Amino acid sequence: MPVKTNYKLDRTIAPPIKDAIEFELSLPPYQKSTLTNGVEVYAIDLGNEEAMMISWIFDAGNSWEPKKGVAAAANTLLKNGTSARSAFDINEHFEYYGAFLSRAAQHETAEITLHCLTKYVDQLLPVIAEIVSDSVYSQEELEIYKKNSQQRLQVSLKKSDFVAGRLIDAYLYGPDHPYGRYSMPEDYQGLQREDLTAYFDRHYRHGACRIIAAGKLPSDLLARLEASFGSLTIHAPQKGEARPVFPITPATEKKYDVSNDPNGVQGSIRIARSFPNRHHPDFQKMQVLNNVFGGYFGSRLMANIREDKGYTYGIHSYLVNNIQESALLISTEAGKEVCAPAIEEIYKEMELLREELIDEEELQQARNSAIGTILGDLDGPFHVASRWKNILLNGLDGSYFNQGVRIIKTITPEELQELAIKYLDPEAFFQLVVV
Amino acid sequence: MIKYDRFQLANGLRVLVHEDASTPMVVVNVLYDVGARDEDPKKTGFAHLFEHLMFGGSVNIEDFETPLQLAGGENNAYTTNDFTNYYIQLPAENIETAFWLESDRMLSLAFSEKSLDVQRKVVMEEFKEHYINKPYGDVWFKMRELVYQQHPYRWMTIGSELSHIEQARLEDVKSFFFKYYRPVNAILVVAGKTTAQQVRELAEKWFGDIPAGEKYVRNLPHEPRQQEARKMTVKASVPLDALYKCYPMASRTEQGYYVADLITEVLGGGASSRLHQSLIKEKKLFSQIECYHTGSVDPGLVVIEGKLIKGVSMEAADAAVEEELTRLKAEAITEKELTKIKNKTESAIVFEDMSVMNRANSLAIYELLGDVNMMNTELEKYQAVTAAEMLETSRHIFDPLNSNTMYYYSEK
Repeated sequence: MPVKTNYKLDRTIAPPIKDAIEFELSLPPYQKSTLTNGVEVYAIDLGNEEAMMISWIFDAGNSWEPKKGVAAAANTLLKNGTSARSAFDINEHFEYYGAFLSRAAQHETAEITLHCLTKYVDQLLPVIAEIVSDSVYSQEELEIYKKNSQQRLQVSLKKSDFVAGRLIDAYLYGPDHPYGRYSMPEDYQGLQREDLTAYFDRHYRHGACRIIAAGKLPSDLLARLEASFGSLTIHAPQKGEARPVFPITPATEKKYDVSNDPNGVQGSIRIARSFPNRHHPDFQKMQVLNNVFGGYFGSRLMANIREDKGYTYGIHSYLVNNIQESALLISTEAGKEVCAPAIEEIYKEMELLREELIDEEELQQARNSAIGTILGDLDGPFHVASRWKNILLNGLDGSYFNQGVRIIKTITPEELQELAIKYLDPEAFFQLVVV
Repeated sequence: MIKYDRFQLANGLRVLVHEDASTPMVVVNVLYDVGARDEDPKKTGFAHLFEHLMFGGSVNIEDFETPLQLAGGENNAYTTNDFTNYYIQLPAENIETAFWLESDRMLSLAFSEKSLDVQRKVVMEEFKEHYINKPYGDVWFKMRELVYQQHPYRWMTIGSELSHIEQARLEDVKSFFFKYYRPVNAILVVAGKTTAQQVRELAEKWFGDIPAGEKYVRNLPHEPRQQEARKMTVKASVPLDALYKCYPMASRTEQGYYVADLITEVLGGGASSRLHQSLIKEKKLFSQIECYHTGSVDPGLVVIEGKLIKGVSMEAADAAVEEELTRLKAEAITEKELTKIKNKTESAIVFEDMSVMNRANSLAIYELLGDVNMMNTELEKYQAVTAAEMLETSRHIFDPLNSNTMYYYSEK
């Protein structure tokens, strides 16, 4: 970029920019391979640093649990002992090599993820194989888990944002649906060792698994994975195998005021409605409308409720990342005395989007911001892996990404207004304030 | 090895460039050498409030966000007790937009009454969200006052009380800006898909004519070595009893910093660390326990904090922590433990440096510390720490006369 230095700088004029529409975006591809037992490996070899991650993703989320809390406990306690190694041995082994082994249970899937320096991966894979095929769930470890989780939950229950997050999910999906179900401290009492060992046996040891690896990968990674995992009893998700399907039973009441802490000085506001999943043609279009509405710092909700009124430190809206059915959720913490006007402004912003076309400059700003975010995201191997993971777990393919980019670049103000009329209908929203 | 170019403009602005052609993005990071430690004790929270005002429009640009988002950029900022840092990430083609925006707000803010009025409220909500409406949210206000009797780390970045924020006036804002937010007190880092040549030209073009300002010479009260064990008891409406212990440690640039950092790893780094294994798993006294340090530029704190298992007495929990500290002071850690914490540190450094944004941020901080090349010698410094040094430093830090203990009781 040539820079002229011999003229008086006019700081009121913005430098020219290259528009988002002109950026070519493509999701770097994965290499797919299959282990002897059928488990599929998606490898994304990217990056300059000698570091990598691998996730083992099992069909072991809470949709499959026979009893509240089993999926989370079975997942968390994966690190807490095999027949050959104690919890301490396992933790010490990974930490000795400077590796991080994390676990997470979602609704459909639950995973175990390794982050490590590439040079140490050989020392770590066999122990992960041991974990996913031979975790023992000792009574002692379970008791510690129950007690400590209970205590942690007691602290969380004092926080209005935590309570609000659970309640709004229960209104949207129903308290028996895996998306709406939540634990109370006493639920931990009912967890038995047999629940965990049976769950482990079915959903991990003999479970459906896929492996995603990303980063600077060793050239023999596949052989290494085959050696450690290829002959285990894990298998690929079976085509056509029925996922447990749960009926969604939204609450009948739409408005809730919950008092959680008599000394609370802020209200946690959640306003939400159900929204179709990623397979619906409106989903990616709605993401653009959502950007304008409350999806980033330049959004209307942020501009109005934070930057103009100062009612809150932050306000966001987003489409919930659920596979069966999504939701559009608006979330903010606002001073107790300004919750009512904040809520009123949220509905006013919905009304504006229904009634007036978004002007071209604002839409361009939302488009460019979204493209800039994707461009920045495509930079690191772990971000790329997480996009692929989302696509694969939702049963989509690479065309979904390209379609999304196309929509961001081409959607019109008229289409967005139609979406607003269709979805930003106040009658369809649950409204919750927890103080 | 992170490569960089360094130069300085005539007005004193220090500029660092880190080229990385593998990314389509650039990061433009501006660090100002002012933090909460530089505040007037009667006007605390000001550096952070001011950070919010930096987004409220500058002298020639009414709106900071819109043009940046049009350029596909994202940005944020944060304030610590030590400094204030602003960063923008955007597609490399649009790099000049970031120079335009950052240089104009370094030239002068718009100083709008409306922006001050709104951001005061926003920050007060931030204060409530993070420190009032949260169980245990008041711990660090109290603990800092207990530990720091002279040094301005006495107060939190958010400020010591809501009223200080409420009372901020526009003239305070102006004088703060012209005292601290000058090129001579700032560091510009540009990293990613750019070249030193390009940055040189753009820096000259956009920042070159901003008046240098007066170099701020920091002269803060020094915290004398603590000479007595301090204790404090708090009762609050929280579900669990909690124990907090703090011990003053070395400043960021001293050798003792690296030793203390590794000590916190031995005690609290991961589930195989000593406190986790002994106090959660074996003795079952705590449901959670952590050990970390505050990482500040001036002498910081080693912190041990944990939530007690219901029914365990505070005295028993405290004694068990003390026992672990006694062990650490009595015998050197094993070779295996030492290798483990060094490997963990190496790994943490590699993962942190994966993102261009982190690299840009780190370069700015090391420049602030006085030698940007420290970024490339950190790992060696950790590698050089010996078990004997750790033993000696443990004895110094965990001297009972250097301790600050808070018993935080759940009030029924």
